[in-house]
Amino acid sequence: MKRVYVNENWCLACHLCEYYCAFANSGGHDMATALKGVKLHPRISVEEKDLVSFAVSCRHCQEPLCVKSCITGALTKTDGLISIDRDKCVGCQTCVLVCPYGAISPAEDGVMQKCELCTKNGCEPRCVQGCPNAAIVYEER
Amino acid sequence: MPINFLCPEYEVVRDYDRCIACRVCERQCANNVHSLIKESGKMFADSSKCVVCHRCVSLCPTRALKIVKSDHSFRQNANWSAKAITEIYKQADSGGVLLSSMGNPEAYPNYFDRLLINASQVTNPSIDPLREPMETSVFLGKKPTELVRDENGRLQNNLAPQLHLNVPVMFSAMSYGSISYNAHESLARAAEALGIYYNTGEGGLHEDFYKYGRNTIVQVASGRFGVHKAFLESGAAIEIKMGQGAKPGIGGHLPGAKIVGDVSRTRMIPEGGDAISPAPHHDIYSIEDLRQLVYSLKEATEYKKPVIVKIAAVHNVSAIASGIARSGADIIAIDGFRGGTGAAPTRIRDNVGIPIELALASVDKRLRDEGIRDEVSLVCAGSIRSSADVVKAVALGADAVYIGTAALLALGCHLCRNCQSGKCNWGIATQDSQLTKRLNPDIGCKRLINLVSAWDHEIKEMMGGMGINSIEALRGNRLMLRGIGMTEKELEILGVRHAGE
Repeated sequence: MKRVYVNENWCLACHLCEYYCAFANSGGHDMATALKGVKLHPRISVEEKDLVSFAVSCRHCQEPLCVKSCITGALTKTDGLISIDRDKCVGCQTCVLVCPYGAISPAEDGVMQKCELCTKNGCEPRCVQGCPNAAIVYEER
Repeated sequence: MPINFLCPEYEVVRDYDRCIACRVCERQCANNVHSLIKESGKMFADSSKCVVCHRCVSLCPTRALKIVKSDHSFRQNANWSAKAITEIYKQADSGGVLLSSMGNPEAYPNYFDRLLINASQVTNPSIDPLREPMETSVFLGKKPTELVRDENGRLQNNLAPQLHLNVPVMFSAMSYGSISYNAHESLARAAEALGIYYNTGEGGLHEDFYKYGRNTIVQVASGRFGVHKAFLESGAAIEIKMGQGAKPGIGGHLPGAKIVGDVSRTRMIPEGGDAISPAPHHDIYSIEDLRQLVYSLKEATEYKKPVIVKIAAVHNVSAIASGIARSGADIIAIDGFRGGTGAAPTRIRDNVGIPIELALASVDKRLRDEGIRDEVSLVCAGSIRSSADVVKAVALGADAVYIGTAALLALGCHLCRNCQSGKCNWGIATQDSQLTKRLNPDIGCKRLINLVSAWDHEIKEMMGGMGINSIEALRGNRLMLRGIGMTEKELEILGVRHAGE
């Protein structure tokens, strides 16, 4: 399965991935209109300390703790892709507690959100397309 | 605080309707132009620090930025231009020599732009390069002037060592130190993939790049930095740098700030010390002395590699080239006055040297007149901007061209001409690890391959139009060129006729 991988050697900590992620999931057609004055809830975030930085998003684990711990069955794994059913999520945040990567976070309305590889946006992952230095790649490994 | 006499030449213009204050511009500017004003939540740009490198403009996700020439002006004066006035302010402020980077930007005549290429009509057929074979590969080096046979009448191989190029384009000398590790890796990998050569410049060869040796020209310049036996043996050819088009007659100076870590080890000099290349080679004061170095290098590498001598295009270039051709060199590289540099005194860059077109034509003619053109190959450098320039250079007598600035542009350079600051926002002319990582060699290498492949296609198209199917048949073929808007004298030096003749 193709996944999003990061290469910290080329990450510039420009944070563009976060903006492209938020834009892709906003459903808007123009980034300026979609994101101006809006508090961002990206599903990818750049971790940085001193000279090292890299973007973190859902790893789509082989043995996903979030799916195992979900009390309502909102998180499911299909063909390797872990997705969330917004209608079933009750916002208990158990998945947030168990995810070792910190890749799940609450959306604006309290329902959990996570990277679903832009499958629901009908495009290749936008963070990958928006990365100016190929520090985030979408590939089979 | 003293009065700052300098007003920003360019202004950063932000469309606040589109700016989402994502701060990418702020994070990407090594010159600290952009900042977020906490109270208003709006971005602010200090245009006085802007070097016009366009990094922020290129990365702005909402296209909210542009850089424009300021309309702020001095009182108009045809004699005292704004440039002349501000340069005086700068020198009155610093007391120092003005420094600049990249090639001469002044409006001197460009002869490539006054040359037009021929095409076939009716009486001779043009060739479609997509349907018929078309040869753009060349061999550089001394060509045999006679056949030699052994006692059995069999042909003896008397061919001197040659460089084989798939495209008559090479990446010119840019040292590791003046450009980054990632820029060097991009050039090396692209040269290997394209079947051409890149040049180490004067700074030695990083140990990681010895594996690209078959596509590397190693340079020996006046400072002899990084030169040792393994270095000489690693390359496909050795270049002796006598001069550089951007700064003929003077040496080089890589500031100590750039001599860090691997750069210091590769150059074999202490960290933090300035790398000063003397103006002349102190062991070369004549053609005879040059011959000694040429043969020392050949001896050291067992006569397996061609030796290139690179000179700047100066007033007596054809006589100098004639001497070099007799010194035992296999290839002469001539660098015109528009050639780039990582740092040069502004006055030298902008006022010394001559145009490469005139130098090349006059050297080619002189060598042919003296019957020694086959003794050497000619490489033309100094602002080759397009495949049309390559075709014109070949028709004026070049065997191949060097591209430096064009290659850097492919890597992202925006010709902001501030290499000397060491704060290249595109990760090219810097050794700051936070900036060098901005150039991913996977991307850089691909872009260089794209550029040279595109030029190769265009060269074949132009050759096909002329009815020529081998670049060798175009070399020195000045009937394929016509001049436009030139004087008799200019046409005479270039050896071309005027359009319509």
